[in-house]
Amino acid sequence: MKAAPFAYVRPSRLSDAIAELAETRGGGKVIAGGQSLTPVLAMRLARPDTLIDINSIEELGALTRSGPALHIGATVRQRRVERDPLGAGVPLLRLALPWVGHRELRSRGTVCGSLAHADPAAELPAVACCLDAELTLTGPNGHRRVSAREFFHGAMTTALTPDEILTSVRLPVATGGEGFGFAEIARRHGDFALAGVAVRVRLRAGRPEATMTAFGVSDRPVTRDLSEQLAAAVTDGGDGLAGRLKEQLAAVVEEIVDTDGDIHASRDYRRRLLLALAGRELSKAYERARDGAEEVTT
Amino acid sequence: MTATTERPGRPTARIEDPALLTGRGRFLDDLDPLPGTLTAAVVRSPHPHARIRGVRLERARRHPGVAAVIGPDEVAETLRPFPLSLKTPMPYYPTGTDKVRFVGEPVAVVVAADRYLAEDAAELVEIDYEPLPPVVDVEKALLPDAPRLHEGADGNVATDRDFEFGDVDGHFATADHVVKGKYTFPRYSSTPMECYAVVAHWQDEADGPAVQAWANFHGPFSMVPVLAGALGVPASRVRLMIPSDNGGSFGIKAGIYPYVALMALASKYAGRPVRWTEDRIEHMLASSAGSDRVMWFEAAVSADGEVRALRADLVDNVGAYLRPPEPSTLYRCFGNITGAYTIDAVRIRSRAVVTNKTPTGLNRGFGGQQLYFGLERLMDKIAEVCDLDPVELRQRNLVGSEDFPYATPTGGVYDSGDYQRALEMLLKNADYQALREEQRAARERGEYYGIGVATIVDPSATNIGYVSLATPAEQRTAGRGKSGSTEHVRVSVDLNGIVSVLLGTVPQGQGHATVAQAVVAEQLGLPLDQVRPVVEMDTATTPWTVTSGSYSSRFAPLLTSALVEAGEKLAETVKVAGATLLDVPPDEVELADGQVRLRDEPERSVLFRHAAGLVHWDPGALPEGTTARLYEEAAFTPPQSKAAGRNDQINSSLCYGFVAELATVTIDAETRQLRLEKVVTVHDPGTILNPTLLEGQIHGALAHAIGGAMFEEMRYTDAGQPTATFMDYLCPTTAETRYALNSDHLETPSPLTRLGAKGCGEGSSMSLPVAIANAVADALAPAGVDITTLPLHGNVLNELLNDTDNERDL
Repeated sequence: MKAAPFAYVRPSRLSDAIAELAETRGGGKVIAGGQSLTPVLAMRLARPDTLIDINSIEELGALTRSGPALHIGATVRQRRVERDPLGAGVPLLRLALPWVGHRELRSRGTVCGSLAHADPAAELPAVACCLDAELTLTGPNGHRRVSAREFFHGAMTTALTPDEILTSVRLPVATGGEGFGFAEIARRHGDFALAGVAVRVRLRAGRPEATMTAFGVSDRPVTRDLSEQLAAAVTDGGDGLAGRLKEQLAAVVEEIVDTDGDIHASRDYRRRLLLALAGRELSKAYERARDGAEEVTT
Repeated sequence: MTATTERPGRPTARIEDPALLTGRGRFLDDLDPLPGTLTAAVVRSPHPHARIRGVRLERARRHPGVAAVIGPDEVAETLRPFPLSLKTPMPYYPTGTDKVRFVGEPVAVVVAADRYLAEDAAELVEIDYEPLPPVVDVEKALLPDAPRLHEGADGNVATDRDFEFGDVDGHFATADHVVKGKYTFPRYSSTPMECYAVVAHWQDEADGPAVQAWANFHGPFSMVPVLAGALGVPASRVRLMIPSDNGGSFGIKAGIYPYVALMALASKYAGRPVRWTEDRIEHMLASSAGSDRVMWFEAAVSADGEVRALRADLVDNVGAYLRPPEPSTLYRCFGNITGAYTIDAVRIRSRAVVTNKTPTGLNRGFGGQQLYFGLERLMDKIAEVCDLDPVELRQRNLVGSEDFPYATPTGGVYDSGDYQRALEMLLKNADYQALREEQRAARERGEYYGIGVATIVDPSATNIGYVSLATPAEQRTAGRGKSGSTEHVRVSVDLNGIVSVLLGTVPQGQGHATVAQAVVAEQLGLPLDQVRPVVEMDTATTPWTVTSGSYSSRFAPLLTSALVEAGEKLAETVKVAGATLLDVPPDEVELADGQVRLRDEPERSVLFRHAAGLVHWDPGALPEGTTARLYEEAAFTPPQSKAAGRNDQINSSLCYGFVAELATVTIDAETRQLRLEKVVTVHDPGTILNPTLLEGQIHGALAHAIGGAMFEEMRYTDAGQPTATFMDYLCPTTAETRYALNSDHLETPSPLTRLGAKGCGEGSSMSLPVAIANAVADALAPAGVDITTLPLHGNVLNELLNDTDNERDL
C-alpha cells in the first residue's frame, strides 16, 4: 500500500496552481485535505503524474460571509466550518457536518474536497444541492460558476474539467421562516450513508415550500421539490405529521432510489430507510420553520 | 513455603501502559535488529482459483533497487510443504506453486531497497493464469461435481470423522421431543491494530542452514516445528525472536508462520536480511480468519425439557488449505461440546472442507463461538418446543455444583464451577422479570424488543492432544501421542535483589507483565518495583516447549502456576541465605516486606537483597548442600492433560470457566435498525488475578463478539472475490459499543492450577454472538422469524421480515 511515483508541487498562487494543472494535461490531481485521495493513492487506484497541493494558496483558505451567502474556500477544513461562528449562518451545514466521517477526518478534510470527490453517499454534496449552492470552478480561462444541482454528473463525476480547480462554494445564509432537517442511516457512525436526507422548508405567507435532497440512494444527490406533499400532509392536520408525510412521499421515494443493492443494504431497504428519514426530517424541518419566529412574507 | 498467604487479586495498574501511552512502545517495525535489511513486497493472486501456467520475473528483477525476486519455482525447489496435522494430500506452501487457490494467495516476493520500489517492481511480475471455476460455499464444495482444489485428494473434504459416546440412538428412540436446527456461523476475523511483521535472515552455516527471525507472532508453540519442517531444518535451527510490544493478535497472528518461511527464503536469494510488514489490505485478504461453519444439531429431549442426547454434524470451511493448526477449530471444544449441560450421550460428525477462501485459524474464542452458536440457538428452540422460558430450560439442564469435577461424555473434566449460582446472579443483576415485563409492554406498543441468554463453558489451557482426534484412533501411532498444556518461566535475582521474570507466554497486550510482577512480588514478599518481568521471547534463551505461547487463555491458569513453582524454589535459597545471615534455622524465617525475617520475631531481619547478595558474593558462607542458585526455572505440567484415548475421549482443556450472559435488543419497526441495548454478564474465571485486567478482557471480548454478531463479515462473492477493505469489513468502534453493561463475577477456584485461576479473555467472544442472536430471535418471534446465522443488522432483518407474510408498511 505505497503510492506509485508522482511529482509533487505546492504553489502559493492560484494562477500557478492552474498553470501546473494545465501542464499535466489531465495527469494532475489537486490535493487539499487528502482524506479521500491519500488512500486511493496508497492503493494505487489513482496514479497521477503530479500532485498539486493547494494548501499554501492563501486566498483559498477564506471563510467569509458575503451578503446573503457563506463563502467557503477550497482549503477550508470541515472542522473549521463546524466551529466558526460564521458557519452557524447555514444551519443545514451545521446539522450535516457531525455526520461527515469522524472528527479527526474533519480536521483535515475540506468542504470543497468532499464536493469535488462527489461520492454519491457523502453528506456535503447533498447539503449543497438542497441549498442550491453555487460552486466556483477556476481554470485557464478564469472562473465559472455552476449550481450544485448541475455540478454532480454521477458517482465520482462532476462538471469539473481536468484543468479546473473547485476554488470555492457559496451557500445561502438562512433567513427567518426557514427550517432544516438532516439525518442519515449508516452501518456505523461515520460510515457513508445507506440513505440520507437534507431538507429545507420555507414558509411563505403560511404556505410551505419544501426541498429534499436524498443521498446514498442514487449515483448522485437527488433533489426534489416536495412542497405539494408537505402542504397536503399539513392540511390533514392533527398529530403524526411524519406518518402522514410518509404516505405522501412513498411514490417519490420509490422513484428516487435507483441504486443497486450492495452488501450493506438492498434497494428495497434503502427505500424503507429513505422514506422513514424523509418523513421524520421533513416534519422536523417544518416544525422548526413554523416555530422559527416571523415568516418571510415576500 | 511461600512467605505470604495473601492471595493475588489486587487491581494494580498495568505496568505496560506508560510506555505505550507516551509513544515509547517498541513494536517490530520500530526495531532494526540487522542493519542493511531489505524490504519485501508480496505479489498476490487476483484469482480465487487458477492454474499457474508461467511466471516471468525478469522485468521485476531488472527494476532499479531490486535485490531479488522469487516465485513458485524457488519456493518449490527450496522448501518442503508445511507438515500438516493430517496425511490428507493437500500440500501447503507459503506461495501457490502449481495453482492459486484464494484471492490474495502469495505467488512471488520482490525484495528491494524500500517498500515503494518493491511495490513498483511487484507490478512488473508477470504471471500467466488459467482461471478455474471457484467454490466458496462449503455445502457446494461437498457436492461430487464441485471444483476440486487439490488434485491429489479425493475431494474437498480434508477430514471427516464420526464419534459416538453413550447410547445416542436409545435416547432419541425414547425422546418425547426431537428438536433440530441448522445453523450457519459466518467468517470473521480479529483485525489487530498492528498487522503481521517479519524480519528474516537466512544463514548458510558450516553445519547447514539456519534462520534467524523476528516476528510479532505470539508463539513459538506448535508453529515453530511446522516452520522448521518447511525449511527442512531441526527446530533449534530456527531462532525466533518476538518483541515485548505486540499490537494485538486475538489469535490471528498464529497465521504468520508461512510468511516467516517465505521471508527466510527471500533472504536466502537476496543474500541479505529481509523485512516484510503486512499492510491492511494484505491482512484483510490473506492473513487468516475464524472458520465459517455449517452445522446441524438434533437433541433428544424429555417432556419436561431435559436434554438427554445430542447429535451434531459440524462442517468447517477452512479455506484453501488445511493450514495448521486447522482442523483444530473442530476440536478445541471437543471436551466441552455438550456445553454447560448434563447431556450424557452425543454423536458428532466433524468435517473440515477446503474452498477458495483464505485459510482459517485462531480467532479469540477459537471454535467456541461456532459451537455455541448452534448449541445455544438450539437450547432456545428446545425451550420453545417445551413451552419453557429459555432460562428455565437452562436451569433444568445445567451441571449442578455438586457434580464437580464433572466428566463429559467426550472426555472433558470440568474442574470447578457453580453454574446455577452464576445464572441466578445473572437473573438478579439483569432483573430478568422486569425485563420480561418491559418486553410485554413494548410488544403491546407494537415494538420489537428481545431478550437473549447464553450459558457457556469457557475452556482455557488447551491440551494440544486434541489435534490427534482428526486422525482415527487406529491410525494414530502408538508412543507418538500428543498432550500437554505446559508453561515455562525463569526467575532470577540480581546482585541488588531485583528479581527478573522471564515468561514463556508471549503477550499481545493482555498485561501479562503486570500480573506476573504482582504474583512474584507477593510470593517473595517484595515491593512491586523489585520485580521486573521480561516478556520478549527468544527461542534460543527463553525456556519453552511446543505448547508455549499465548493462545487458549493459557497465561492465567498455566503461566502463573509456573511462576508459583519457580518462586517457591527461589524462595528456599533466599531463605537459607537470610537464615545464614541471621544465624537461625531456615525453617524459622519468612519472606515479607522486602526482608528475610524470623517468623516469630519479625524485628530480627535482613534485607532480601542482602540475602541474595550473600549467594552472589559469599557462597562459601552457605550451609553445605545449598548451591549458589539464584535462578530457577519451572515447567508447570498438569497431569490432567492426557493424550486422546483409544476411545477418542479427550480432556481438551485443563480448565473450564463459565459465562452466563444476557443481551437485550430493540429493532426499530420503521427502519428495522438493530440496537444492542444492554449486556449483563457473569463470569466465573476461577480466582481473579487482577480485576482491572479481567474487566478489560471482558470489554474486549464483548466488542469482538458485537463485531461478529452485528457488523463484521468476511464475505465472498460466488466468483470468489472477498471483502478486502475497512469500507466493507466494518469493525465496531466506540460509537457502536455504547450499550449498557453490567459485568459481575463469581470465583470457584480451579483445583488444578496453583492460584485457582482459569482463562477469562475469550468467554464473551463465544457467548455474546449467540446471546444477541437469541435476543433478536426473541424480538422477532411475534413476526415468525427464526435466526439461524449472523451477522444481524437492518438490511438482514429487513429481508427476514419481508420474507414473512408481514405488513410491507412502506
